[in-house]
Amino acid sequence: MNIVVCVKRVPDTAARIKIQPDGGVDQAGLKYVVSPYDEYALEAALRLKEAAGEGTVTALSVGDAASAEQLRSALAMGADDAVLLKADVGMDGLTTARAIASEIAERAPDLVLFGVKAVDGDQQQVGLMAAELAGLPAASVAATVDVEDGAAVCHREVEGAVEVLEVPLPAAVTVTKGEKDPRYPSLKGIMAAKRKPLVEKDAAPGEARLAVRSLAEPPARPEGRVVGEGADAVPELVRLLREEAKVL
Amino acid sequence: MSNVLAVIELKDGAPRRVANEVVTAARALADALGGEAHALVVGPGGAALESLARHGADAVFDCAHEALADYHAEGYTQAVAGFLDGRDYGAVLFGATGQGKDLAPRVAGRLGLPLATDATALGSESGSVIVTRPVYAGKAIATVAVQATPALVSLRPNVFTPVEDARAGAVHSVPAAVDPGSWRVRRREVLGGSGDRPDVGEAPIVVSGGRGMQDPSNWSLLEDLRDSLGPNASLGASRAVVDAGWRPHSEQVGQTGKTVSPRLYFAVGISGAIQHLAGMRTAGTIVAINKDPDAPIFKVADYGIVGDASEILPRLAEEIRRVSAG
Repeated sequence: MNIVVCVKRVPDTAARIKIQPDGGVDQAGLKYVVSPYDEYALEAALRLKEAAGEGTVTALSVGDAASAEQLRSALAMGADDAVLLKADVGMDGLTTARAIASEIAERAPDLVLFGVKAVDGDQQQVGLMAAELAGLPAASVAATVDVEDGAAVCHREVEGAVEVLEVPLPAAVTVTKGEKDPRYPSLKGIMAAKRKPLVEKDAAPGEARLAVRSLAEPPARPEGRVVGEGADAVPELVRLLREEAKVL
Repeated sequence: MSNVLAVIELKDGAPRRVANEVVTAARALADALGGEAHALVVGPGGAALESLARHGADAVFDCAHEALADYHAEGYTQAVAGFLDGRDYGAVLFGATGQGKDLAPRVAGRLGLPLATDATALGSESGSVIVTRPVYAGKAIATVAVQATPALVSLRPNVFTPVEDARAGAVHSVPAAVDPGSWRVRRREVLGGSGDRPDVGEAPIVVSGGRGMQDPSNWSLLEDLRDSLGPNASLGASRAVVDAGWRPHSEQVGQTGKTVSPRLYFAVGISGAIQHLAGMRTAGTIVAINKDPDAPIFKVADYGIVGDASEILPRLAEEIRRVSAG
């Protein structure tokens, strides 16, 4: 079974995002990582390959040359090879999905896994768009992915419940945090990653049609107020919520 | 003239609150673009359809089919894309709910159109749609121009306040252009959950707990506070307690969980890591309860009480019940 896992280079979630006067994100000291949900997708792919006892896991990223760093992380975790679809920054979800879909069409994997969303753009769209463009059946927000009788069986989070979906292969699935934590790369894995194939090609994204006009830091919230200490402060809090904030 | 379409989400045959939010936003955008606001209901809309006209829809399209009674990703994608085929809209709006986040990107992919998700404000500039949306889970705010027609946009729940703006809003039945035989995804079963509470990402009131709750057995105190706040209140959790296995990831609020914008947010025993603050800072009113007076959560909270949650929560639930009854 051949699996493609899409990974994205994003700022570490612990990072403070500072906007420069020209509207760009201040890169000074900004650490980049594999988007956390993509690590869950990668972990799911590696487990499926291990369970099957055969097959390959390919890590795929769309981005500039720096994304090779995240692909090396994926290789260190255990992916067999990696592909970087080189594109300028400033793409939208659709162009990213197009680049991925054309690579999927070429490779024809059995399964394509995505993190449910990237934690930078927060769009939660690329996986399902790419599936649609590639003509693959898809499930989203899957906490678990198993393969049974030629279908991906997904436990997906829906409002207050879990829906069990069966998606015939080849399929695409977007993965959320499940019970299996992503593995840490071993030293051996990190050394091996240096020798694994990482192919770079030009992406075929078409033209982006979502144009970011400006980026700003969120407005500061007004200084909060400590109403008091302990349970005795409760009546005053409730009064403020009713009469001042008018939310009760 | 540029019409705007609101894609409606139903629950138990009635438009959800978010549906009225989306219609209200469609009404405002249609006025700005100089067109009509239309509502599209996929599945059996029944008697509920008139509430859409009351919130500003000039026309309501009822796209019913027996196979569309429950949400099916492929079926709803076919129905919405099929409805749009040959019709001319300036914008199509979805709710950024669990269902909307599954449906909108599929429709966008099928139509080859870009999608702006999770909008917190909508506007127009020389006829094109301008969207404000949080990025990095709310650590920054992007203003985005959608250079495509129709502009596909999903709207963050609880941000667009539903406004009654009654229209004649005649209901038109339209055939659903769906072919159930072509659907590939099969639903085996639905496990657990009564589904009687909104998802934390959509709930207008959220009661979240963190490590300061000390033990998962203390969650009953948070549940009791939630219950005192009515059926629209839901539970949330910090990453620390989700990682500890106390609560499911589906309840996690923050950059690696759900970004929330309720009108009222309680952070109980949550110190306020940067990822958590990012995920809830767009809430309307934030209340923090924490033993540590220096906890970062107090910096973003509108109101705070310093103290032990196990003493404060029962009193708070009791007081809310008392004033609600009055």
